[in-house]
Amino acid sequence: MRGKGAAALAGLLGTVLALSACGGGSSDGDSGGGTNTGRGPFTFVTGKDLSGIMPYIAEEWNKAHPEEKVTIKQQSDAADQQLSDLQQHFQAKDADYDVVTVDVVWTAEFAAKGWIVPLKGDLALDQADLLPATVTAATYNGTQYAAPYDSDGGLLYYRTDLVKEAPTTWDELIADCEGKSTSGTITGSKPGCYAGQLASYEGLTVNASEAINAAGGTIVSDDGKSATVDTAEAAKGLDFLVNGFKEGYIPKEALGFKETESLNAFAAGDLVFLRNWPYAYSQLNGDSKVKGKFGVAPLPGPTGSGASSLGGHSAAISAYSKNQASALDFLKFLQSEEIQKNQLIKGSKAPVIASLYDDADLNKEFGYLSTLKESIETAVPRPVTPFYPAVTQAIQTNAYAALQGKSTTADALKDMAASINSAAAGG
Amino acid sequence: MSIVSEPIAENAAKKRGSRRRRGGGSGGGGLHSRDGRMALYLLGPTMVMLALIVGYPIVNAIYKSFQTDPGLDDSTGLFNEGNEWNGVGNYTHWILQQCNAVGGGTETCPSGNLGSQFWDSVWVTLGFTVVTVIIEVVIGMWFAMMMHRAFRGRALVRVAVLIPWAVPTAVIAKLWVVIFDPQGVLNNVLGTSFAWTSESGPARAAIVIADVWKTTPFIALLILAGLQGISSEIYESAKVDGANAWQRFWRITLPLVKPALAVAVIFRSLDVLRMYDLPWVLTQGSNGTQTISILVVKELASKLNSAAALSTITFVLIFAIALVLVRLFNANIVDRGTR
Amino acid sequence: MTTATVDASAAGDREIVVYKKGFNWGGLGNGAAIVVIVFWCLAPFYWMAVLAFRDNANTFDNTPWFTHVTLDNFRYAFDTEFNAFGRSLLNSMVISVSVTVLSMLIAVFAGYALSRLVFRGKSIVLALILGASMFPGVAILTPIFQLFSDFGWLGTYHGLILPQVSFALPLAVYTLTSFFADMPWELEEAAKVDGCTPLQAFRKVIIPLAAPAMFTTAILVFLASWNEYLLSSVLSKGDTAVAPSTVAIVNFTAGPHIVPYTQTMAAGVIVTVPLVIVVLVFQRRIVSGLTAGGIKG
Repeated sequence: MRGKGAAALAGLLGTVLALSACGGGSSDGDSGGGTNTGRGPFTFVTGKDLSGIMPYIAEEWNKAHPEEKVTIKQQSDAADQQLSDLQQHFQAKDADYDVVTVDVVWTAEFAAKGWIVPLKGDLALDQADLLPATVTAATYNGTQYAAPYDSDGGLLYYRTDLVKEAPTTWDELIADCEGKSTSGTITGSKPGCYAGQLASYEGLTVNASEAINAAGGTIVSDDGKSATVDTAEAAKGLDFLVNGFKEGYIPKEALGFKETESLNAFAAGDLVFLRNWPYAYSQLNGDSKVKGKFGVAPLPGPTGSGASSLGGHSAAISAYSKNQASALDFLKFLQSEEIQKNQLIKGSKAPVIASLYDDADLNKEFGYLSTLKESIETAVPRPVTPFYPAVTQAIQTNAYAALQGKSTTADALKDMAASINSAAAGG
Repeated sequence: MSIVSEPIAENAAKKRGSRRRRGGGSGGGGLHSRDGRMALYLLGPTMVMLALIVGYPIVNAIYKSFQTDPGLDDSTGLFNEGNEWNGVGNYTHWILQQCNAVGGGTETCPSGNLGSQFWDSVWVTLGFTVVTVIIEVVIGMWFAMMMHRAFRGRALVRVAVLIPWAVPTAVIAKLWVVIFDPQGVLNNVLGTSFAWTSESGPARAAIVIADVWKTTPFIALLILAGLQGISSEIYESAKVDGANAWQRFWRITLPLVKPALAVAVIFRSLDVLRMYDLPWVLTQGSNGTQTISILVVKELASKLNSAAALSTITFVLIFAIALVLVRLFNANIVDRGTR
Repeated sequence: MTTATVDASAAGDREIVVYKKGFNWGGLGNGAAIVVIVFWCLAPFYWMAVLAFRDNANTFDNTPWFTHVTLDNFRYAFDTEFNAFGRSLLNSMVISVSVTVLSMLIAVFAGYALSRLVFRGKSIVLALILGASMFPGVAILTPIFQLFSDFGWLGTYHGLILPQVSFALPLAVYTLTSFFADMPWELEEAAKVDGCTPLQAFRKVIIPLAAPAMFTTAILVFLASWNEYLLSSVLSKGDTAVAPSTVAIVNFTAGPHIVPYTQTMAAGVIVTVPLVIVVLVFQRRIVSGLTAGGIKG
């Protein structure tokens, strides 16, 4: 009996070793980046869209370019699944993914891996009309790699029936809640005070970065290679959230909040203040208990307006695409005023062209537009670094530990800095 | 189903006879050489399928696990190809929690680096395995005995038991998200206000509950198959000999369902040790619910070869546990068949 | 065909014995147990059904019966503009049936060899088969994806079916080996004495005897395949022409940042109900499948 198990194990390992010896030499040196500036039909890969804007875009483009038709391939609506889908296809050097939608935070990694082509020389774009923050987020190492085509910024939603005027500082926000909210939990007769997206996921990186940036702190250096987060300013920022749980102005339920949960709580009248994206505006004006009883304002900060994280998407051209000239024209098309306007009207997606935010008609229809412009103009991109997956892990894990009280703010920031540096050193 | 009666005793005698003869060692005979070639033909398709679709990727992953991941080239700002010999570097990263330090050398992985979460994930995974499998076996055993005994309502029970199983995990995970929401129906029914998925105790409990609900039927059905193989006259004679219900359970039921139980426990353990989607949907691995597979997925986002090393470690760990389980159950189905 | 008679008679005996035992125990305790089991299994499913018929905005209205009733969730699931769910159900059927048939064909031979034949290296073979189910599935996705990408198999039926067969084999082979090993030898030997070749003995004696056990195993394989998500989501490339229902369900969308809870539950009900019907229809088969022991020791 004893011999059999051991023999089985030895046999298995033997087979494995013998086979692995023949497994080598499979990698090849084709790293892309060449000039495949051909023309012809191509595919645009993007996250799932139900607003009907994508069919419209395809139709308009195909009408004008019958020889270079676009096929829209929709991915899942979950960002992490979109990312792993893109990674798998790039790793397999798939030539069928010509133009891909890139979340602002993926740009640096994709660029550094040589998966998307730099938009310079023959592939250069004129970005003068765009909001500068969106172009910065699409730039890595001084070179633009992606064409921003929608944007996003955080807004403060507040209850106009409970608060006369939107707070501009954190202290005002906390003071505004006094007597109007319960402390520590939302399962009382009164609403809780404030919540954002504070579960341990990408949303926490967004919210923690916003708090840190608002207090004058930064997370990584300009070149994205070293941490700059272990400072008194950063501590002040993170403490706004940490103290929220300690002092009760953020309900404990918020530790499980993502976009939907936080929106549901505000819509049910369970919060006085909510940090969320512009999409929440139309939802709250639909089937919700706070319909007509809420307003939007820029995010508050320690002494004045805070700093939003920048959200949004860009389109980038795959290094493995054969029809990069057609792809470039498509990028320009996505950034055209007509498409940008329609994206807002049909798809509620914030445009990247600065002048559209001052359009009187659009402002009438989308009441949050001027506030959003303010938010995006002062927005700070999340850390631009090719190590983004590791950096966001570092931020989420340590910020969450601080929010739960399992770690002090100082220790959390020290660990955050150490793990960001270690990520840059190759993990 | 036609009921053709045959005296119980005669039937039982047949069975006991067969048992004894097998135990006595008939069957082998002079078949050795012909059996070998036949076995080759019969096992061929299985081995080919496994080699192509499971074997090749495993071997590929093990090979890659000894290579470096792409590193950033400071002069160009681009990643190099990586894939250079790295010895056991990827393994020490996990097991000894060693990370590259700024300016060369290694240091203990700081909190927030995935490397520092390895042992936590191992203990969490082992904890889930032990707890869920034990609960599932206990409840599954009870289900099986009730299903075996029940006459009226039998159809209802059999259909009911299959339902948790028939609902895809992808759906059921989302259902549990709704049920475990702080505003959800479970808190409503229990009159509690747990933030189920954002505190480590309740979050783990939630995952165990969801997994037990889903997979107890699997164990129950396998045990039931074993139970139905026990002839009732063994119980009758035990009763005549004065054994009480408890003794009959320990002395007769348990030993006789052991083979079926072994298969169930081994395969369930292998499954739980690789559990990914349930905790991923419920908690994304936060609040002390990060299984090794979730850690693998997180690492895959940036470092394939390091993730391959983690997978290989997991593989060895599971292999060791499987060996222990096989020993524990003495579940040598080979010997039962041919000796 | 004496074997069939033996099987049936054994099963028949048990029915009677069980019946008697049920009376001896007194129906009350059993009845309570049945209620508990049925409640345990059905309560979450009941909630799923309630939500499936509920307006998404009222997901967290915890009224325990059917309120805010709407059929929109079902309409939404089948509307080809949003989610081509009908097609994905068909895909699921094609894939799961193929996986079950192929796995059973392959596993029956392997199980027979492992339980009945004497040859060297048997433990190694068993260890290899078991070892195949020990590597984290999430980790071999990328190599399989790249391999199939080279073969041009991504987004094809066979590209989805073959991997699932491989992943189903270890459990199928183990279960069948265990069942075969428990079957008496003398019937097969008797057949051989009567002049049957090993293959004929296998086909005429073992297969009919093992049919119920194989049915149980086939259910295990079918349900595993019906539930499979991870492999399919990657290897189908999300192509709705081949993607099974699990992939379609996870990709359900009701708009940016909106979690389509009730729509997903509707899909869950749609996926589950056909299986419940199958189970009801084959109830007797399953019962006899589980009385495979009719002949084993």
